[in-house]
Amino acid sequence: MSLDVDVDHRRGAFRLQARFTAAPGLTALFGRSGSGKTSLVNIVGGLIRPDRGRVAIDGQALVDTERGVIVPAHRRRIGYVFQDSRLFPHLSVRRNLLYGRWFARGGGGATADLGAVIELLGIGHLLERHPDSLSGGEKQRVAIGRALLARPRLVLMDEPLASLDEARRAEILPYIERLRDEAGVPILYVSHSVAEVARLATTVVIMSEGTVTAVGPVQDILPIADATDGGAMLEARIVRHDETFHLSVLESAAGELQVPRLDAPVGAPVRAYIRSRDVMISLQRPEDISALNVLAGRIASITPTATAQADIRLDCNGAVLMARLTAKSVDRLALVPGRPVYAVVKSVSFERS
Amino acid sequence: MTPDEWTAVRLSLLIATTATLCSLPFGIAIAWLLARRRFWGKSLLDTLVHLPLILPPVVTGYLLLLSFGRRGPIGGFLAEEFGIVFSFRWTGAALACAVMGFPLLVRAIRLSIEAVDQRLEAAAGTLGAHPLWVFATITLPLCLPGIIAGAILAFAKSMGEFGATITFVSNIPGETQTLPSLIYTLTQVPGGDAAAMRLTLVSIAISMLALLGSELLAKRIGARRQTA
Repeated sequence: MSLDVDVDHRRGAFRLQARFTAAPGLTALFGRSGSGKTSLVNIVGGLIRPDRGRVAIDGQALVDTERGVIVPAHRRRIGYVFQDSRLFPHLSVRRNLLYGRWFARGGGGATADLGAVIELLGIGHLLERHPDSLSGGEKQRVAIGRALLARPRLVLMDEPLASLDEARRAEILPYIERLRDEAGVPILYVSHSVAEVARLATTVVIMSEGTVTAVGPVQDILPIADATDGGAMLEARIVRHDETFHLSVLESAAGELQVPRLDAPVGAPVRAYIRSRDVMISLQRPEDISALNVLAGRIASITPTATAQADIRLDCNGAVLMARLTAKSVDRLALVPGRPVYAVVKSVSFERS
Repeated sequence: MTPDEWTAVRLSLLIATTATLCSLPFGIAIAWLLARRRFWGKSLLDTLVHLPLILPPVVTGYLLLLSFGRRGPIGGFLAEEFGIVFSFRWTGAALACAVMGFPLLVRAIRLSIEAVDQRLEAAAGTLGAHPLWVFATITLPLCLPGIIAGAILAFAKSMGEFGATITFVSNIPGETQTLPSLIYTLTQVPGGDAAAMRLTLVSIAISMLALLGSELLAKRIGARRQTA
């Protein structure tokens, strides 16, 4: 699947001028509120008609203003998970789930097997319930299932976790990961949370004031996205759980990491996001130190920032790690590219509050 | 009660039911137009719909006689082409009742359509539902309480309609003599007081039953939503 978007839309003083191509997997539309993410998703979903432009899935035009093509929303086969789940209040969970199936004719798209979707999202016990009686997290899971059962070619998710608290978010994230990895439906995911993007995205599209400022794989783009803090992402895998100290041990290209116990099985892949503020640099391997994670590496580059600080890019056995130090520290330790150092990681985040 | 009185009660029920059921689809369509669409002449349509509420019923009845009478432009056409005659028939009484109850019907349904969350309709669209199907499966069920309330109002209005009916289709026993017309007739003749009183009680009973019925229906819908 490929989604091509190139649109120009004006609404009052705001102008949306966006162009990007989404690859398979989960593409995150990332940006502040008001940057045009939701408008863009609504254009793709057919809820807004753009002034000018083209939207196509696999080369098939959904919108092409030059040729006068506007496919109405109900014939696009694009699932949409809204921030406010929008479950139909007069229908049971089961009938909400099956609503789109009446119309999902023809092949293609995701599998529309009720049993598989129920299992994927863990909503079997809710089927006969009424939307009013569900928690926010349950509602969103049902909304995701409802969108999937319409056999979509693409699923849009507009900040599906924004209205939920931290615990509920943690409850849903694994399901979205499974959806990305198992259901085989491409997802366009709107978010302004670095943690969500770090954890979920394959590709990131950064938006600012109605335009796309960067597009690329999550490893390359996320540090740009997290401009205020900066950071790096490590692909890792859970090696074992240390129940005594309630820790999980992760294995990554850069080395072993110990983090607070994760709620995932041994062998599960995880993404660790390490903010550059949480990384200290030492010339010798520190021995008596409270931090659990010390990674060996080599300085790849040093970029001074405006405020007497510098961003140090470290190459740890092929993986990239970022550290933000004061210019004074860089000077005192005589850091130069190529120099072997040790990175002391104060904390690894999987979420950013 | 005398056979004449029973006839009037049966006729009133028939006329009110026919008027309500026949005007319901039109009422829903116009309520939807007024609630959801912007078009040229919208306020004119709104005014026209509400006119019977403001005009003296006798004036409405007379206008119906002029347009739907046998020699009227619409009445003449319908009689010639389809053999449908309104003047001095019970069908005419039903038409008069439908027109008089229409503003109440439209008003109640329009308010309930306006209360339906359009974001739900958009969500149904993204699931592949055609707009007509969205209307039938989302909008209509969600505004059902309003439709029932409007229909009960229109029915009650029809049961009590007097001015427009008597002007348009007169007061013919067995054909157009409804409950209110008969009560009026009885109050005009000596010794009719007892019969008028009986019919008044019948009238009160029917109105209360209709109201009770609507309450029960609304409760059942509410209950179904809770447990479904």
